[in-house]
Amino acid sequence: MRHATTLRIGPVGFRIGSDWRAPLAVLDRLYRDYPRPRDDVADFTVRLEAVRPWRRFVRPSVRIAGDYMLADAAPLPLSLGLLAAEMGMNLQMALGQRRWLLLHASAVERDGRALLMTGVSGAGKSTLSALLMARGWRFLGDEFALLDPETGLLHPFPRLISLKNAAIAVAEAALPDARFGPLLADTPKGAIRHLIPDARAIAAMDAPVQPSLVLFPSFGHAVAVRPVAGSEAFVRFTQASTNYVALGERGFDALTGLVRDVPALAIDYPDTQSALDLVERLWREAAR
Amino acid sequence: MTRYRAAPLQSLRKVPLDAFLLVYHRASGITHLVEAPVPEILDAMGDTALSVEQVRVRLAERFDLEDGAMLEERLDELAAAGLIERL
Repeated sequence: MRHATTLRIGPVGFRIGSDWRAPLAVLDRLYRDYPRPRDDVADFTVRLEAVRPWRRFVRPSVRIAGDYMLADAAPLPLSLGLLAAEMGMNLQMALGQRRWLLLHASAVERDGRALLMTGVSGAGKSTLSALLMARGWRFLGDEFALLDPETGLLHPFPRLISLKNAAIAVAEAALPDARFGPLLADTPKGAIRHLIPDARAIAAMDAPVQPSLVLFPSFGHAVAVRPVAGSEAFVRFTQASTNYVALGERGFDALTGLVRDVPALAIDYPDTQSALDLVERLWREAAR
Repeated sequence: MTRYRAAPLQSLRKVPLDAFLLVYHRASGITHLVEAPVPEILDAMGDTALSVEQVRVRLAERFDLEDGAMLEERLDELAAAGLIERL
């Protein structure tokens, strides 16, 4: 490819090649403080390709390619090149990761223990993880939590935090000194702006954490808390994992271990402020 | 006469979880989430090929069977799921 860059998020190294310089310049700026892949060997390659050779110049359109690809993924305009790169990296993880059980969840750490939050898209897991980071929690990731089948520990994957629509202004107000990426106004998911995890999250991204509480947040209802049985948590996590089946018995052992040892609660919340208060109250109660 | 044999014990990894039993079937790589009476039926069958009647007798030794007529249906479901074999 004409242009390339490398970066590491948690234990996973990426090489991103591109037909254009511009998306990589943005990536390099946003991932400025992240390390390179270990021994300079990337685990996954992402390619941002022109749909046709002349489409490098004429209505430039980015096709997301790489080691693992979706055949029918729609190309994005070059102005959304950063989003294409992020989607490309997510895709490699979702389709190709075999070392860890991938949980579609956000995660934060306090007092050496991790809180996992998982739910359907729009449940607020990215937003809650960003706002908990603003309250002094260590940010571990907003998209994937990597559960180690050998140890039961969670490995951080603190990629850029993907804030959507109303969550953008909320995070900007809560984190006035944070660094943000460009506002991407017209994406297939509405407006997106990336928040760069704070220095602590990046510095400690090689330190795995013992999971201690699982929350299944649901936005739009009055505050309510319901215990979730291990069997229900198990089913929900298998639905929220892209590589559970691929991992076979290692995945089974890792996930049964998690839901057996870690309490899980479903929470409803009407707004972010009550969600944050609720999360911190439940965290204190779980620690007792 | 139709006989049934449970998957060999070493091909199953079982983890009890609240009211359910999680069963990982090594041969197929499929995870099963089952509840009573499936764990009891699998236990009662051991690794012997048995007729429906023989399974019923073994279960009756351990449990009060209220509706034994459903047993054949359960066995056929388990065979369809791959956890037991229909011989």
